[in-house]
Amino acid sequence: MKIGLDVGSTTMKCVVLNEALDVIHTEYKRHYSQISETAVSMLSGIRNICSGNETTLAVSGSAGMGLSQNLKLSFVQEVYATRLAVTNYLPHTDVVIELGGEDAKILFLGQNMEVRMNGTCAGGTGSFIDQMASLLHVDQDEMNSLAMQAKQSYSIASRCGVFAKSDIQPLLNQGAEKCDIALSVLQSVVNQSIGGLAQGRPITGQVVYLGGPLTFLSELRKAFDTTLHLQGICPENSLYYVALGTALSSSAELVDLEQLIYNLEHYEVAKAFTSIPPLFESPAAYEAFKQRHSKASLPKANPELYDGQAFLGVDAGSTTIKACVIDPEGRLLYSRYQPNNGNPIQAVKEFLTNFYTTYPKIRLEKACSTGYGEHLMQNAFAFEYSLVETMAHYKSARTFKNDVDFIIDIGGQDIKCFKIKEGTIDDIFLNEACSSGCGSFLQTFSNALGYSAEEAAKLAIKAQSPVDLGSRCTVFMNSSVKQAQKDGASVADIFAGLAISVVKNALYKVIRSTDPSMLGQHIVVQGGTFLNDAVLRAFESELGCEVIRIDEAGIMGAYGCALHARDQHQAVPLQRTLLQLPQLEHFVHRTKTTHCKGCANNCLLTINIFDEGRKLVSGNKCDRLVSPETFINNPESLNIYAFKQKYLSELETSKGKRGQIGLPLQLSFYEQLPFWTAFFTQLGFEVVTSHASTRETYLKGQSTIPSDTICYPAKLMHGHIKELLEMGVKTIFYPCSSYNLDEAKGDNHFNCPVVAYYPEVLRHNISELQDPSITFISDYLSLGDRSFLPKRMHQILSSYFDVTKQEIRWAVRSAYDALEAYQKSVRTQGQAIIENARKRNWPIMVLAGRPYHADAEVNHGIDQLLIQCGCAVISEDVVAYKMEKQQRRVLNQWTYHARMYDAARYVSNEDDMQIIQLVSFGCGLDAVTSDEIREILQKADKIYTQIKIDEIANLGAVKIRIRSLLAALQEAPKE
Amino acid sequence: MSTPFTKEMKKDYTILIPNMSPIHFNIAKEVFVNHGYKVVLLDNQGPNVIREGLRYVHNDICYPAQLVIGQLIDAIKHGDYDTNKIALVITQTGGGCRASNYLFLLRKALEKCNLGHVPVISLNLKGMEKNPGFKLTFFILLQAYSAFVYGDLLMALANQTRPYETKAGEADALVAKWTEYLSDCFAHNRGYIGWAMKRNLNRICDEFALIETKKVEKIKVGIVGEIYMKYSPLGNNHLQDYLEAQGCEVMVPSLMGFLYYGADNAITDRKYYGGRFISAKLTQFVLKQLYKVEKMSRQAMLKSGKFTVPIPYTEMKKLDEGLLDYGVKMGEGWLLTAEMLDLVHSGYTNIVCTQPFGCLPNHIVAKGMIRAVTERTKEANIVPIDYDPSATGVNQENRIKLMLAIARENLEKNKENA
Repeated sequence: MKIGLDVGSTTMKCVVLNEALDVIHTEYKRHYSQISETAVSMLSGIRNICSGNETTLAVSGSAGMGLSQNLKLSFVQEVYATRLAVTNYLPHTDVVIELGGEDAKILFLGQNMEVRMNGTCAGGTGSFIDQMASLLHVDQDEMNSLAMQAKQSYSIASRCGVFAKSDIQPLLNQGAEKCDIALSVLQSVVNQSIGGLAQGRPITGQVVYLGGPLTFLSELRKAFDTTLHLQGICPENSLYYVALGTALSSSAELVDLEQLIYNLEHYEVAKAFTSIPPLFESPAAYEAFKQRHSKASLPKANPELYDGQAFLGVDAGSTTIKACVIDPEGRLLYSRYQPNNGNPIQAVKEFLTNFYTTYPKIRLEKACSTGYGEHLMQNAFAFEYSLVETMAHYKSARTFKNDVDFIIDIGGQDIKCFKIKEGTIDDIFLNEACSSGCGSFLQTFSNALGYSAEEAAKLAIKAQSPVDLGSRCTVFMNSSVKQAQKDGASVADIFAGLAISVVKNALYKVIRSTDPSMLGQHIVVQGGTFLNDAVLRAFESELGCEVIRIDEAGIMGAYGCALHARDQHQAVPLQRTLLQLPQLEHFVHRTKTTHCKGCANNCLLTINIFDEGRKLVSGNKCDRLVSPETFINNPESLNIYAFKQKYLSELETSKGKRGQIGLPLQLSFYEQLPFWTAFFTQLGFEVVTSHASTRETYLKGQSTIPSDTICYPAKLMHGHIKELLEMGVKTIFYPCSSYNLDEAKGDNHFNCPVVAYYPEVLRHNISELQDPSITFISDYLSLGDRSFLPKRMHQILSSYFDVTKQEIRWAVRSAYDALEAYQKSVRTQGQAIIENARKRNWPIMVLAGRPYHADAEVNHGIDQLLIQCGCAVISEDVVAYKMEKQQRRVLNQWTYHARMYDAARYVSNEDDMQIIQLVSFGCGLDAVTSDEIREILQKADKIYTQIKIDEIANLGAVKIRIRSLLAALQEAPKE
Repeated sequence: MSTPFTKEMKKDYTILIPNMSPIHFNIAKEVFVNHGYKVVLLDNQGPNVIREGLRYVHNDICYPAQLVIGQLIDAIKHGDYDTNKIALVITQTGGGCRASNYLFLLRKALEKCNLGHVPVISLNLKGMEKNPGFKLTFFILLQAYSAFVYGDLLMALANQTRPYETKAGEADALVAKWTEYLSDCFAHNRGYIGWAMKRNLNRICDEFALIETKKVEKIKVGIVGEIYMKYSPLGNNHLQDYLEAQGCEVMVPSLMGFLYYGADNAITDRKYYGGRFISAKLTQFVLKQLYKVEKMSRQAMLKSGKFTVPIPYTEMKKLDEGLLDYGVKMGEGWLLTAEMLDLVHSGYTNIVCTQPFGCLPNHIVAKGMIRAVTERTKEANIVPIDYDPSATGVNQENRIKLMLAIARENLEKNKENA
């Protein structure tokens, strides 16, 4: 008998083979991290089969590694095991796609055998699908049947579960159909697997699907089939291939099954994790802590006895609904904190109906909404007001304690912090999509380990040696928790560790400070997450000071809204529109999706339609059709990004004697396109430029990207090259350069490594470029040295074409002229925008980044969003040139960075200008720039705003960020 | 704004050096002792190092920065130093990658923990920052160079001997012995040039050749990658120890190669971007002198006939022809790709490519080139591993195990064919 035991991250699989290698037993079970117990039960089940036979056994799987080490069992790496099994049972296979709980693998068999496994940071696995299913409040089977009914699919960032969440959550809150989302999730898994793992190698021939998700989800297999244009098979025992291969492996060793079961029953792991001191030294310390915090409490009134005017505040968060009702004095009459179960409108409707029926004597005068569902709620229930959530939290904290100088709110999905100086907001810190250490994170983990969040908090308080889990993202945390379990940490230690990690995440990653004196004297903490005593305690001990937690910390956003409704009502009493009980009875809500026909973008619109003609349109990138009254017809007059895009698309070239030359419009070309267009046109080439990027551009090149953690602009470059090739261009010019333009503003004028050398990656990873009929010119040169360039260009080009030195000299001259003309018109237009904005009294936003952030697919239309919010948009290069060189506190050696620093310095002196820095995920250099820019702005008492961008298309979080900034500016006293 | 390291400080300040490669740095630190500095090479490890790193450095910066700065701050906070009598030293490469900024990030971190008064010395060869009390004189550089040559040789010999030795621990004992001996040499201003060095190099090789070894076939694994991740056990979770425990022989390319590569780039720069004729010529001249020492070390190894001798730098460079251009000069640049090819050619077909999570140059020269390298050398079996404060050992080990499983299979196949 041959036993194969596959201990995956979430499940355990066991198979038994006889000597003829027939499968005579299989078992599949979730192990809930109880690995030895599950193994005992599985092995006991095969006692009878094996007794009396010579039996070999081997272990496989990520969670089996520790087990095999400690019990001295032979271990087979799981991908290797899969290969053994496939070669044995399905010898004609060309490609195997196997998705597991936390790993995704592709195996290319045959001549050039290759195995690929996802890196550390990647979604597209079983637990990713699980996570998404729980967002939709369905299980895997339902997910599958939902996907069957889908009519369309949205683009969802699949690179990591956290990214995908930020795309899906808003779709849900906007009312998109669940079935469409289900399909989109599966499609994103397909894209991730092909893009992240195939890395350019075509998937053809006989494809075999293995592993849990591909076995259970027929629609996922279908999505793979459709995308790959083939018909893959999912063989019998598709769940067990790893276990089969393990059993087959020659390294499997003879075992005494009874002895092994005995060993497993007495299996104990030595504690080997790093721990930190417990949260509370003694029960007494905890009592004192509770005592101290019980003092901060909102004023309350009894709703049973109350008769009269009241105000409603609703905070429609990403996963929960918070609602509260207050009387005109601000006393809390009633509050609710409940999950939205994926249908926030239904949840609020029930709340309202309930409230009206229970307390008929309370007259709801006005209502105000906030949170992700702010506008949806306002429209659905005809609330009179709405408020950006940061302001709602600020308002409530300030009302409770008027000398508050620091507020931190940790909710389900976000962390929001404000620094208050002299009664106005001095700085805002919001978390990035990627740093997801928030409430839902704790919830997910406690549920995964079989506890509720409340139980987890209780356990954490008593933990003796909390695990040190660091402060990274959920995906990393998953494996850290696994490791801690493997190393013998108790559940309580893990929960305490998680609470501490949430705090560290907030302090190190979001606020970027560990010094309480920098935060303030009176720190108020809010948000449901702080109701967890473990989190609160961890926060206090990490900071080394005491903070104030209000008893109703979870509903402070809603409370702020209610206060806002009251204040607005008292200032300007409008007509009441809020839906009343009878109206709620006829409440109608349906959604429809359609493509906007306003322009070539064809945005996918989600339209929520309610009774009496109330409706809400979302998904639009501009206001052309959705809100024509605020739509700006000539966006270039207020938006430099629009101007740049137009300028670059209208560059002139002509049919030349030397034929065509292709330029890919991304990375360095975003600024240098005028230069090279003029250069090659002058030389007698017809310049063919790839089109402005879209999502399709990305998908086109996705399968050739070798590194999935590189920035999005670089990933897009692959699509641009593919596009040029599709256009029939035979010669592509994309030079490498360590250096950029020398503007003499910094210590050097480097490019970042990616901008500098990306052509090398393209050359070696896009196989079409190696075709002899294609010439890919990627030689090294720099525009930084004007006098050397003609010589260098001649060296380069003369090996490809018959060009003279004189021709090159002329071409270089007109190229520099064209570049200067471009830069000059950007500056002139920028100045015009500034003046135009000042006439309209609009704030001016310097949307600062690299030149290629002007690409609409890279910035996802943040410039247009700013216009919609009533701000003019200029870029860093419009103002940076006005500043003299100045020494920085960091090494200022990159041309693009120097511009951002100078722009920040310029903005420091302009009252009506603000900086918003665009940062691409994975841009390590911006870890340096963002801190430095913040410092420059802080000196001038300006608020620093950073927006991280990647393939995530949804701007919900960005909008909150921008509106918070604008609201903070409005609050600030005018001088 | 930052405190310079003055001449007065040289007398009684202790300079703390973060440890990148124990074998090299243990010898090199003696050079500074010899020139009158009080130095301490840090060996603090453990979770506190990374905790301090995370606390005081931007969490999105690369892992080596967090480790180096974390190690320094942990040492100051928990070591027994008078904070008014210490200085720190950190390298600055001056290249286009984040590493050039470590110095400034360290200063920012020090300010955050109220240690802004502690002077930080930039160790660079480009005159980027000057400190009156700390000058890299000709003799310091020459001796440091020799120290690294010794380090490379000891590392190579020990790595090739340790897995096969009959009596465990002999190779490491020899490394310790020579480290001590060489320190003593440096302290007496001996043994770093000419025949004295030659004699030492020969004796080292002879002594290693004498260590009794078993004839067993082992999986040969090469480690390449970002320089800190490649050498530092603190950074790569003791990768070399792990691999050796798994029954492998490990080859780590020389530190000298990186130094030559750094200097060599000045010559390429002139060709591509213009620039001063003199500096390119001067570099060429200096490199030629340095190659002589490299040759000495190689010949010592060759003579004993027992070891795999690394190819000269100039040969290594040729390996990249038609693959990666010499213009790629940030991070480990074209050298990393060449090292992978070299390892495969010399029988170390299995490669772990280490990098900090999100390392910018390695997107190009490591992950971006793996496909091209494996197309060229079909037997190559490469696994890229990302390191990060919260990347877990399980995850990394599982991927390394996959590489080892294939390596083992290839080894068996080769045996059958032989």
